Amino acid sequence: MTQTSTPGEEAQLSVELAGIWKTFPGVVANAGVDLAVRRGSIHALLGENGAGKSTLMNILAGVYRPDSGELRIQGLQHQFRNPADALSAGVGMVHQEFRLIPSFSVAENVVLGAAPSVIKTRQIERDVAAISHKFGLKVEPSQPLWQLSMGERQKVEILKVLWRDAQVLILDEPTTVLTPSEVDELGDILRRMANDGRSIVFISHKLHEVSGICDEATVLRQGKTVAGSLDMATTDSDELAHHMVGTSPAIATRPEAATPGRPLLELRNLSADGDRGVCAFSDVNFKINSGEIVGVAGVAGNGQRELADVIAGLRSPSKGTLMMDGTDITAASPRRRFQSGLAYIPEDRLGVGLAPRLSITDNAILRVYRQQRRGLFILAEKAMAYCSEIVSRFGVRSGDLNGPIATLSGGNLQRLLVGRELDGEPSVVVASQPTRGLDVQGVKAIQDLLLDQRNRGAAVLMISEDLDELLTLTDRLLVMEGGIIRAEFDPGTASRHEVGMAMLSHAQVTAQS
Amino acid sequence: MSEASLIGLLFATVSFGALLYLAALGELIAEKAGILNLGVEGMMAIGAVTAFIAGVEFQNPWVALIIAMLSGALLASVHGFFTVGLGAEQVVSGLSLTILGLGLAAYLGKDYVGLPPGAELVPVEWGGLSNLPWVGPILFSQAPIVYLALLLGIAASLVLSSTRLGLALRAAGESASSTDSAGHSVLGLRLSAVAAGGALAGASGAYLTLSITPQWAEGVTAGRGWIAVALVIFGAWRPGRVAWGALLFGGTLALKTRLQTFGVDFSPIILSMLPYVLTLLILLMISVRSRKRPSPSPAALGLAYRREER
Repeated sequence: MTQTSTPGEEAQLSVELAGIWKTFPGVVANAGVDLAVRRGSIHALLGENGAGKSTLMNILAGVYRPDSGELRIQGLQHQFRNPADALSAGVGMVHQEFRLIPSFSVAENVVLGAAPSVIKTRQIERDVAAISHKFGLKVEPSQPLWQLSMGERQKVEILKVLWRDAQVLILDEPTTVLTPSEVDELGDILRRMANDGRSIVFISHKLHEVSGICDEATVLRQGKTVAGSLDMATTDSDELAHHMVGTSPAIATRPEAATPGRPLLELRNLSADGDRGVCAFSDVNFKINSGEIVGVAGVAGNGQRELADVIAGLRSPSKGTLMMDGTDITAASPRRRFQSGLAYIPEDRLGVGLAPRLSITDNAILRVYRQQRRGLFILAEKAMAYCSEIVSRFGVRSGDLNGPIATLSGGNLQRLLVGRELDGEPSVVVASQPTRGLDVQGVKAIQDLLLDQRNRGAAVLMISEDLDELLTLTDRLLVMEGGIIRAEFDPGTASRHEVGMAMLSHAQVTAQS
Repeated sequence: MSEASLIGLLFATVSFGALLYLAALGELIAEKAGILNLGVEGMMAIGAVTAFIAGVEFQNPWVALIIAMLSGALLASVHGFFTVGLGAEQVVSGLSLTILGLGLAAYLGKDYVGLPPGAELVPVEWGGLSNLPWVGPILFSQAPIVYLALLLGIAASLVLSSTRLGLALRAAGESASSTDSAGHSVLGLRLSAVAAGGALAGASGAYLTLSITPQWAEGVTAGRGWIAVALVIFGAWRPGRVAWGALLFGGTLALKTRLQTFGVDFSPIILSMLPYVLTLLILLMISVRSRKRPSPSPAALGLAYRREER
């Protein structure tokens, strides 16, 4: 760790936010937040979902204007009207959703915001290569963007900000799209930028990553700063967790196992291709019994999404059979599968799970609209009643049930989706990343619902990237890597380390190919 | 087939090619910025009628050409107002523009039907070049607007590929939100691209009534605006390929009226279908190929953009 500045000197702070307030209709997002970031440091901004991290950073990046409060960059006071103002003051943000153009080359994407009036392709590619070389951002400037992995795309986003010569870089949950080895690489890149005198604000809610990468941390809770500029060298994760959650987090205990019954879902030599026509997974064999949760662990992109799609009937297998409660459903339509008791909670909630422009009610009856109709017409009142039953049973906090579903928060969207899928007491539940991006309460609620299903006698398949969740919740744990089930663990006795090693067993081979 | 009639055919191929190219280039610019304008036929008709009227009134072909381009740009801006400004459905607005343009042209031109032209774009003399066998009469005896079309094509190609303006314009057609967050005005880029497209369609119409058939009659555009729209797809949104496509489609137009004089027993109706059949084939090829890579069509083509506010 390098110390390029002497603490305590005003001029050494590259970012100072004091008493920032920001309210949105009905929500106080920031209630007097303070933040101070030293020049040349990597600063973690921690907090649960809804703690006000993103709002604060959007204020720093000029996306939102604060209701009140002071903002100083390199000691100078600023009032940003838009992101361009922030960029000219040297503040750039890498958002969670990338703003990139697939058909453009890497270099074209990088320079788009500040291109010379006449563009010489060779020249801009050299210039971009120079920056990427300086900070170790390994991307080929002439490559078309659509060929890049998510991790590489993130590097392009970082290059865009560096191209504008930003001295303060904000990264909004940068690790969610990365594999573990890419996270290490990102850490190295950020360190190089910090050594170059730049400051990095790193938004996250994953403690173990933060402790490996960051120098200091500020913790937000309910729109307020609860701990400012903690030195990471002397602060342990428990203390950070304590600040984030308030009370010390309940130690996850493994729920009692239910008694497994007959096999309800069985995969025999199942293989399928991915979107690009390359084999996504091959020869997958496993059974899930009634009253059992089987987990699939793995780094994203190792065939889990395709596996879930095949079981749900959204993707055709290239080989193998799929049995549900003794019946072959390999060729059955998604509707048939649903009718025979298969519930599917997809990873992409607003794309595959729900229709964002439809109302809450319409989304609730999407699977069962045939029961809500008379003749050709859907009965509005009956649909409404069905929807409000789901809303109240599964604790969805919503306004107008006829309002568009996109107005619900992430946690409530997921409750509605899970509620809709579990309403008919399914015999098999396939849940893909069911708790990703949810806050602590939301995670608990969804996990409890899945446990209830198991205890009721359903067979549950849980695909997740959260190893701790899988280790506490599942009865058996499979590790998927490179499209193959590499190992099976008993989560009661397996260690995090063992499972992690199995997840990465071939990581180097795949990174090279 | 005599040498003279073959030369005549090739001459007409080049001039019809230039006619189609001007309109297609305009459509390409608008589509590159993300706006589909199906009103090319209407804008061409307006260009044709205003050029003819201005020719009669001012007796100067260049003034007539400029007026036609301005009229085309103005009519295109109606489309721009609805689709870019208000985010209206581009297909509906574009089709309305065709009908509006054709109707308006017929109305404006009703007193000019059958009049002799007041101004014509006379062929350029290239000195010795024009006297060369074959190439002279085919390439170096064309109206000035043909060479203008070529220059505009090269200019558009350079601007699109290697200037900041071109990069921003293409970005607006690929992802409006990314363009916006990069600090470019999506509204400004798209409105100007649509207007520029209209000006080129207007010039194409002017070429008809100032040179190819120097008189005004309703329906003089005869569906060539639609061929221009198809041509953009056929040329995979690349100015160079569109130019070759324009010659090919221009050839079918030239051949259509000559089939009988050549004594060939082939229906001209089938020949006029050819551009569309070829375009369908190209569409098929694009969709088969784009399973692996992104389609050459601008990703945000036809999508309205509204800035998201929280």
